[in-house]
Amino acid sequence: MPKTQAKPRKTPPAPTPSTSHHPRSLISVADLSLDDISAILKAASALEAEDPQKRMKHLFKRRVSLLFYESSTRTRTSFELAAKQLGADTVLVSALSSSIEKGESLKDTGITLRALGAECIILRHPQSGAPYVLSRATGLPILNAGDGMHEHPSQALLDLRTILTHLRGPKPAPVSATSLKGVTITICGDIFHSRVARSNMLLLPRLGARVVLCGPQALLPETAAAAGPGIVIERDFEKALSQSQIVMMLRIQAERLAGLNLDLDEYKLRYQANADRIAAHAPEALIMHPGPIIRGLEITSEVADGPQSAIADQVRNGVAIRMALLARALTGAASKGKRK
Amino acid sequence: MKPILIRGGRLVDPSSGVDADRDLLLKDARVAAIDAPGKLNAAARQDSAEIIDAKGLIVAPGLVDIHVHLREPGQGYKETIASGTAAAAAGGFTAVCAMPNTVPVNDSPETTRWMQSPERSAQIRVFPIAAATRGSMGEALTEFGALKAAGAIAVTDDGKPILGDAIMREALAAAARVGLPVIQHAEDIRMTGGCSMNAGALAFRLGLRGMPVEAESNLVERDIRLLAEMKDSRAHLHVAHLSTAKALEAVKRARRNGLHVTCEVAPHHFILNEEAVAEYNTHAKMNPPLRSETDREAMLAAIIDGSVDAIATDHAPHAAHEKEQEFERAPNGITGLETALGLTMAILHGRHKLPLSRVIALLSTQPATVLNLKGRGSLAAGSFADIVLFDPKQQWTFHALASRSKSKNTPFDGWSLLGKVTATISEGRVVFRA
Repeated sequence: MPKTQAKPRKTPPAPTPSTSHHPRSLISVADLSLDDISAILKAASALEAEDPQKRMKHLFKRRVSLLFYESSTRTRTSFELAAKQLGADTVLVSALSSSIEKGESLKDTGITLRALGAECIILRHPQSGAPYVLSRATGLPILNAGDGMHEHPSQALLDLRTILTHLRGPKPAPVSATSLKGVTITICGDIFHSRVARSNMLLLPRLGARVVLCGPQALLPETAAAAGPGIVIERDFEKALSQSQIVMMLRIQAERLAGLNLDLDEYKLRYQANADRIAAHAPEALIMHPGPIIRGLEITSEVADGPQSAIADQVRNGVAIRMALLARALTGAASKGKRK
Repeated sequence: MKPILIRGGRLVDPSSGVDADRDLLLKDARVAAIDAPGKLNAAARQDSAEIIDAKGLIVAPGLVDIHVHLREPGQGYKETIASGTAAAAAGGFTAVCAMPNTVPVNDSPETTRWMQSPERSAQIRVFPIAAATRGSMGEALTEFGALKAAGAIAVTDDGKPILGDAIMREALAAAARVGLPVIQHAEDIRMTGGCSMNAGALAFRLGLRGMPVEAESNLVERDIRLLAEMKDSRAHLHVAHLSTAKALEAVKRARRNGLHVTCEVAPHHFILNEEAVAEYNTHAKMNPPLRSETDREAMLAAIIDGSVDAIATDHAPHAAHEKEQEFERAPNGITGLETALGLTMAILHGRHKLPLSRVIALLSTQPATVLNLKGRGSLAAGSFADIVLFDPKQQWTFHALASRSKSKNTPFDGWSLLGKVTATISEGRVVFRA
């Protein structure tokens, strides 16, 4: 007869995650403490300023895989340049020229890359949460280069560097919960489909910023405001502009619209960043865009190429941030408690 | 088959309102006699019955799960009728109702009979639920009379809900004529394309498309409207795996209006909420999805207040390689047969102090009544000798790897459960012993 045991606990324990992720992976901005962010920003500046010959030693002959299930110009090139500038060997695997086309699973692709010597995998994938699958399968540090509609954390960090440089100058200082106090940042456009928007709206309020989301109902559901603290919705773009020091424009993601019928003329009328609108409502604001830009739709050439535009700075900052992330993932440099 | 005397246990039989120390004699696959402790010893000796000592145990009618996926024919790599019923027996079940979304779809008397053939090596009784439309395509009704004669106990297009008003009306009418319930997986799939979890702030944050609660409640409301418009009062609509407060309200309203509408809730819908999906846990992906905390609480309250007819697991085994995928790509469903009693006991009895007789009613007597399974869910003399013996005080840890199911896709791995099954008897045969 089984023996009677103690009274049952009040609730069963919460399910335990099957495996833990590598501590220096970056899948979500939520993985980073403010100290981590400060260390990454500091490392980015240090690596950027370092002598190219010396810089090569940081990850000399280390093996980094770029696993890209979606096309990419900026992110892929910038991760690749970042890895090469630190001396690492990179190998690019893209969905259309690999066994992925033959039906190999993400898990098996990850195991294969690890067996081939990959020490870190940079993943771009059309499905939200895919980096967690890869992380569980390989145990390697995973850098999320954009997963579905979920997150694009390296983009949010390079955007943060762009914003901080604009507001406080190029010298990196540790960030805190008040670094962006009093700063309003509008993110306008296809928020629903945007991983850039999600990473930014989760990251920037942690530094004290107020994030205003702007866009039509179909691209910006009311629930977005509940994604985290410090987020509000303002459907009137001009009202949003007039409050903002920073304006991030987003592309309409035609490939993810899934049957949504959007009147593009109406959209341009209400949400396009054009010269007249910016001059009237946000003449001092920094205009950002993660790219790719669809000129003439969400932003006009006058604005994208104009004096307020930070688009090229963002791209430049991308390389520095990604050097810091790779160094952190592979050596622990720029991780918490180091390089103080 | 040797007679069995179960003695020294506490018999809980909601069908006859008994909750007392009773001995039980089983003969010829039936309950032969019930009497006060010791009173059946002589009869048992005469029959040279096997004695099962049930001291400290609950003796209850075997559990009845009216919503399982046994995956045969066609998907034996996920589960077979043999492995699924072995898991069921280990979980205290003596009857399971198998959904028709097999390969091919069970839309014929032949497949219905095939599933019940002794060659399937079922450990317990399997009652097939047949497809309501051919191939579950939602176009032409199957032969309800012939399916019933072959052993089907209900019709449904589970997983492929019947959306068209005309065909659903026809299904309700035809089923009423032959005395079968129509079971609906209530999901307006026009609202859930590409969706993989509950709609809301969490789905937004995770970048997953969400299924709104209205996808469930709209279809329940539509089905109830069709039922109300019918003349045939025998028509019976059973709502599968109810998960939203909104759909529950519709069911309650329909009942107040005298319609024959029943519903079931799965353990995961009154125990877990959508937060279990965090980090894209595919073992928390099912359809209907885990809902908000408000909906979870509503399901729990409805079970406790008696609005819910049955707890049903929606046991949905999937191979590891199918679940170890990107969240949106992974199939829906979790296993449930071996955790249902332990979870229900831990939450409803242990935490919310629901009496044991109510727990048994929800897992056995009431589901048997909902699908009209004669002689099941009861220990009255003459009933099938379908019995579960369990220790209501024993806490134990569920390990998915030790499961008898072929698949291990459960969010309850490592959970501490209450109430350990020590033996399961199906039609007089001991089919499981701990």
